[in-house]
Amino acid sequence: MRESIIEARALEKFYGEPGSNPIQVIAPTDLSVYAGEILAVLGPSGSGKSTLLRMLTGLSAPSAGEVLWHGKPVTGQSPNVSIVFQSFALFPWLTVLENVEAPLKARGLGEIPRRKRSLKILETVGLDGFEAAYPKELSGGMKQRVGFARALVVEPEVLFMDEPFSALDVLTAENLRTETLELWANKSLPTRAIYLVTHNIEEAVLLADRVIVLGKNPGRIRTDFQVGLPQPRDRKSAGFLQLVDHIYKVLTQPDASPQFVPEAEAAPLPPGAPRAKYPMLPHARPGGISGMLEILSDRSGHDDIYHLADDLSFEIDDVLPIVEAASMLGFVHVSEGDVELTPAGREYVEADIGPRKELFAHAAMKRVLLIRQIKRALESKSNHMLPDEFFHDTLDEHFSEQETIQQLDTAINWGRYAGLFDYDSASRKFYIADEEPETVPA
Amino acid sequence: MTPVTPAIGRRFSLDRTWPFFLDILVFAGVLAVFYGVLTIARYWLGQAIPATEISRSPWSLPKYAFFSLVRMAIAYFLSLLFAVTYGRIAAYNKTLQPFMVAILDILQSIPVLSFLPGVMLAMVSLFPSRQVGIELGSIVLIFTGQVWNMAFSFYSSLKSIPRELSEASSIYRFGNWQRFFQLELPYGAIGLIWNSIVSVAGGWFFLMACEMFVLGKRDFRLPGLGSYLQTAAGNGDTSAMLWGLFAMIGVIMLIDQLIWRPLITWSGKFKFEQVESTHVPTSPLLHILRNSNAIKALREKTIEPLGERIDLYFARRAPKPSQPKTTPVWLKAIGILLATVAIAGIGYQVFRAFALLRGVPGADFKRMLEGAGATFLRVNVSLLLASAWTIPVGVAIGFNPRLARILQPVTQIAASVPATALFPVLLLAIVRLGGGLGVGSIALMLLGTQWYILFNVIAGASAIPSDLKEVANLFHFSRADRWRIVILPGIFPYLVTGLVTASGGAWNASIVAEYFHFKDSVMSTVGLGAQISAATDAGRFDTLLMATIVMATLVVCTNRLVWRPLYRLAETKYRLET
Repeated sequence: MRESIIEARALEKFYGEPGSNPIQVIAPTDLSVYAGEILAVLGPSGSGKSTLLRMLTGLSAPSAGEVLWHGKPVTGQSPNVSIVFQSFALFPWLTVLENVEAPLKARGLGEIPRRKRSLKILETVGLDGFEAAYPKELSGGMKQRVGFARALVVEPEVLFMDEPFSALDVLTAENLRTETLELWANKSLPTRAIYLVTHNIEEAVLLADRVIVLGKNPGRIRTDFQVGLPQPRDRKSAGFLQLVDHIYKVLTQPDASPQFVPEAEAAPLPPGAPRAKYPMLPHARPGGISGMLEILSDRSGHDDIYHLADDLSFEIDDVLPIVEAASMLGFVHVSEGDVELTPAGREYVEADIGPRKELFAHAAMKRVLLIRQIKRALESKSNHMLPDEFFHDTLDEHFSEQETIQQLDTAINWGRYAGLFDYDSASRKFYIADEEPETVPA
Repeated sequence: MTPVTPAIGRRFSLDRTWPFFLDILVFAGVLAVFYGVLTIARYWLGQAIPATEISRSPWSLPKYAFFSLVRMAIAYFLSLLFAVTYGRIAAYNKTLQPFMVAILDILQSIPVLSFLPGVMLAMVSLFPSRQVGIELGSIVLIFTGQVWNMAFSFYSSLKSIPRELSEASSIYRFGNWQRFFQLELPYGAIGLIWNSIVSVAGGWFFLMACEMFVLGKRDFRLPGLGSYLQTAAGNGDTSAMLWGLFAMIGVIMLIDQLIWRPLITWSGKFKFEQVESTHVPTSPLLHILRNSNAIKALREKTIEPLGERIDLYFARRAPKPSQPKTTPVWLKAIGILLATVAIAGIGYQVFRAFALLRGVPGADFKRMLEGAGATFLRVNVSLLLASAWTIPVGVAIGFNPRLARILQPVTQIAASVPATALFPVLLLAIVRLGGGLGVGSIALMLLGTQWYILFNVIAGASAIPSDLKEVANLFHFSRADRWRIVILPGIFPYLVTGLVTASGGAWNASIVAEYFHFKDSVMSTVGLGAQISAATDAGRFDTLLMATIVMATLVVCTNRLVWRPLYRLAETKYRLET
């Protein structure tokens, strides 16, 4: 049996006051990190990748469940872990050496051993000679090397990486990936396991011994499997492509919950009854949806999502919301990682700008609950105007505060494009477009 | 520091001797500081002399300047300490946060002189027979004028620390000490420095009021630049007035060169930026400090090892972070107890205050409202007048880099002169022209507050992207359209910021502008500021309290009802995003 370093039992996160309807961010989740493995955690945005990482590292307390460290509950002593951050999170006013020394200083290590260990780790990551430089004098790749050095200098049992390569350009990222893998393979990294959060499918398959795919709304584990391919891996090999395709399929499989709620708006539920999921607007712009439909139409109406993303050099976080949006509007049909244009979608692609907007408006009113709610609410007011707080309150019951803002932003985008309603950002009011907003006292 | 002569030998000798001269300079500086501390200590521990005879001889100016400087410095360090502590508590304690921010908001709108009687009487009764009581009173007064914006700045810096940076310090187990010195203080440093500059300028502005005042029957006069200027003005001694003015401007410019410029240059390293900026300010003094042998030795042999020992001491002592952070029951109980006592105390004080206010006759209250109206008008007229000249001039400077290079230093020097010091000169002119203080006080407010608007307009105009200006040229916008479509919306956010600061400043200035001791008599006009000053003079605490409440209410209401909505408009509609 493999030795588990970290074990999460029924780990759960929800926001909201006790008693009211909490917003579930992560459903009860079991998860282990084993010694000697690179574990990649993949998921679309909103699947709680970051939240999960922060609960496992002790940065944020779980709402329920527990994290075990070598089989014992984590209390008092925080586990010996490090994080490599997406934004590097270096202190700009400290030199490279001071940045790397800072964690050792926090542990009360004296000056001489501290310097020795820091210099050694800087050499390992290829930064010797840069000790006295300030982070702002370094390129992105070099900065992330400092981030690695700072994380490794405390010899963490588990090294957590939160999308460590996504702020870097393609070449630099590839270079750092390869080097990380080499250091891991010849055991130069002073850590026993790596936990990598990413939204890049190829990156996960390239690096990981084991891949976990998260689903969203709420975040939960969809699948957890070993990557059997030998290292170094070839991106063009059949096994590699098969795995990538498999993950795409898992990610694009429609969730079990129904996509759209019938015309009659849901009546308030008795307390305690399971609530119907409020359909979430994917964060895609109408322009992006149209573009994707056009490309699809050029390719005789259907394609593999992976190809589509690859050709556009998009990552899943970019392409999935667009596909989801088109599917929500009834313009495409998605199955098993393939997208296909529906008759409504074909009509939309072939129409001119004016009619397109009407088709969009029609589809949005018929199939998108939030758009319909906003339009109806505005129509029912005599001055056709409502403050955004009104809709905030409706959405707050279903989404986190940040998500509520994003939902409304997307709805505004769609509503404007469709000519259904407009929004005045200075007075924060929705209104129906053919009338000017009454001058609102500033 | 390289000499102009090409002779290599001489350059080498200079390279070797230069640090030696620097060392002598540094030692001389240390000696001077030491002597200064002795002088102050002797004076403070001496018998209390509430009303020193202020000499009008220019030869006393160095001594007076020194005393004023020490007062300002102590008040400033108190402010810094308070700001950092207050900001930290407000930022991290979720329960106290809303109260603490609201308290800042209100205290900021209370004019300095309203604190005067309470502070002064408390300090004097604390040290009845020593000079230190009166001195502390004056220092606390200066403190109340400086501290609030600094506290607010540090608070908002702490709130805006990027999440991942804060998480990095948690995951690497920084203790409170290390977190403060490696994350919080560096992150807040730039905001703190700029607000310090504004605060100290405010300190100079109210120096005259803080060093010499009458409180009921008691006459307080402390040796200092402010009291010198006021005495000179009171006696109509023009030459002494000019000498005092020169001394004050000199001191202010010295501080600018010796303290603020090096600090601004040094604080460049705390900029939270990913790439190095091209324009880096320079400071000769900082260069000297960085290159002196003595200072370098001091740093390497004493300060750094000592800092290291302290850091390690705190790191080893720091409590290991525990996972679930629960407050012990007894601590909660004490918190509740303290809160109860505080609420009871506040309730009692409010009751007492109302009892005091009941004594204010209705006629007085009516007069106060009239005064508030008059001051309100004056403040807004001064804002309008200031905008009328600063907007066109500021835009001209901001659009024209060459003009900016010439005029910027001039305007900066002009702005650094505390307007209160010019009041006497201006007053003489007004009296000679036969004008009264009713109109004159507007000029005085204008003098104090126009700079805030000017500097913000310049900043706004130079931030308008050149492609917007090019569009205006391309389509041959008329002059009116250019202002309406490009310039005014472009500078709007900056203009609002400037107007907010200027409006606060004008309200505060009203207490010194509407009421003036002049040649043994008092010049005053109808206004809330005059009433506050008069109440202080006469020791009428009920009127003073009432007038302060009226003013604070007015200022807070204007902030909430006018400036905050405008601010929001500036941040949403008129924001130029890059």
